Amino acid sequence: MLRDITLGQYYQADSVIHRLDPRVKLGATILFIISLFAFHGVGGYVTAALFLALVIRLSGVPFRFMIKGMKSIVFLLSITVIFNLFLTPGEPVFSLWKLTVTREGVKLAVLLSVRLGLLIIGSSVMTLTTTPNQLTDGLEKMLKPLNKLKVPVHEIAMMMSIALRFIPILMEETDKIMKAQLARCADFESGNLIRKAKSLVPLLVPLFISAFRRANDLAMAMEARCYRGGEHRTKMKPLHYEKRDYMAYLVVLCYLAAGVVLGKLLPI
Amino acid sequence: MPIILDKVSHIYGEDTAMAVRALDNISLVIPDGQFIGLIGHTGSGKSTLVQHLNGLMKATSGAVYFNGEDIDSEGFDKKKLRSKVGLVFQYPEHQLFETDVFSDVCFGPKNLGLTKKETELRAYAALKLVGLEDAYFYQSPFDLSGGQKRRVAIAGVLAMKPEVLVLDEPTAGLDPKGRDEILDQIAALKRETGITVLLVSHSMEDVAKYVDRIIVMNKGRVMYDDEPREVFKQYHELEAVGLAAPQVTYIMKELREHGYDVGDEVTTIEEAKQEILAYFRER
Repeated sequence: MLRDITLGQYYQADSVIHRLDPRVKLGATILFIISLFAFHGVGGYVTAALFLALVIRLSGVPFRFMIKGMKSIVFLLSITVIFNLFLTPGEPVFSLWKLTVTREGVKLAVLLSVRLGLLIIGSSVMTLTTTPNQLTDGLEKMLKPLNKLKVPVHEIAMMMSIALRFIPILMEETDKIMKAQLARCADFESGNLIRKAKSLVPLLVPLFISAFRRANDLAMAMEARCYRGGEHRTKMKPLHYEKRDYMAYLVVLCYLAAGVVLGKLLPI
Repeated sequence: MPIILDKVSHIYGEDTAMAVRALDNISLVIPDGQFIGLIGHTGSGKSTLVQHLNGLMKATSGAVYFNGEDIDSEGFDKKKLRSKVGLVFQYPEHQLFETDVFSDVCFGPKNLGLTKKETELRAYAALKLVGLEDAYFYQSPFDLSGGQKRRVAIAGVLAMKPEVLVLDEPTAGLDPKGRDEILDQIAALKRETGITVLLVSHSMEDVAKYVDRIIVMNKGRVMYDDEPREVFKQYHELEAVGLAAPQVTYIMKELREHGYDVGDEVTTIEEAKQEILAYFRER
């Protein structure tokens, strides 16, 4: 029932991209997203698309997995496209009843959908090739300097990894409770909004109770293993940069440079 | 009302790299009034199978018939089916949600659209059937002990007056005393109301004492489907798939090997007692 959500889904494979340090992937993703908004001109976007295609190729993740993530934003995308098409003032191309499609509107709509598409696919490359644990590890290490400003970086990272870990568990639990209530002839679908909301009580109460129970168990298990948080805590797999990671940074820089230059050469 | 499964298969995650064939071509007849044990190792497809019986899961191929009607056909009333085939899930106490025990048990019959009076009568009768004392009726279900919670949850399904009662591992996580109590109660319920009971378990001991037919599942297929004594004769094959005959069967075999002439088709302690006493009386 709820298995189609791809959030934080990891695709197991053995590739250069999978082996990269999570910090590199995080940094590169952020740079990539910024570049999508900084680039101008067709040249910039062609470079971004080519770069992304190369990374996907290297990652060994089938392309249809990337597209899965796109499905969730189709609705958002179509709304943006429609609004931009019809509501941008400028030189009219054709009219439909009272709405006018303008040249500028078409340009903006195409631009936006390309940007959004590349952005979603780009970030799903990161989540598909990095386990949630690696991701939070990388984040923790990247944000380490904030410790000096009394930001509890380790605790935040720990909370994030626990939250990520709990998503599939709670989803499974929801599925189970839903079925159990359906077996008692519960009705989650019919009726008006208020009735529907009310019908969720038999689902939500057990779900919350189980979430608390699990949290409690986890806290107990952590205590039993003498977990005390960030200070002086060592890692089983400490992160350190290797040659390929520096190479990756270099590639990203090359990409940025190429994007800027080509964007200047081939404006819209 | 009989349930018939005709070549039912279920594949999880079809069309993906992780496709798992949980049920493979299962054909079964569950006639009225039988007490059936469904046994299999973890991951053998027991839980998947029982969820097909009341239409919570849809077969990838094959069909399930309840009282002669295909349950996946257009216009079939699934709600009615679920009230007739009561399914008690594993750890059913995790589904409790009401503020007191009595209203929780009322949830099922209320969903059937019964009158308030009828609902409450059924809830009361169901709670009596599982042997819960009146004193607990208006307590929060979360204040009860594990075994009591489980009874309340079972009563929640019984209150719909099912004709077939399916229990998925009803004794998981209970201590031996709680386990015996629950199983005895189910057996008593079976005797009194004459409904069909399907008991899912991975423990032969639990099942041997009560049921009159055992279905053994392995890797999504039906391995054996026979009377307990016939099934336990195959104890070598059972061991190969991670199951075992009841311990008492092994003891009787050992006794035979040591020259005591006792029957080796024994599956319960009571039978073993009779056999051994008979042997010594003859001497």
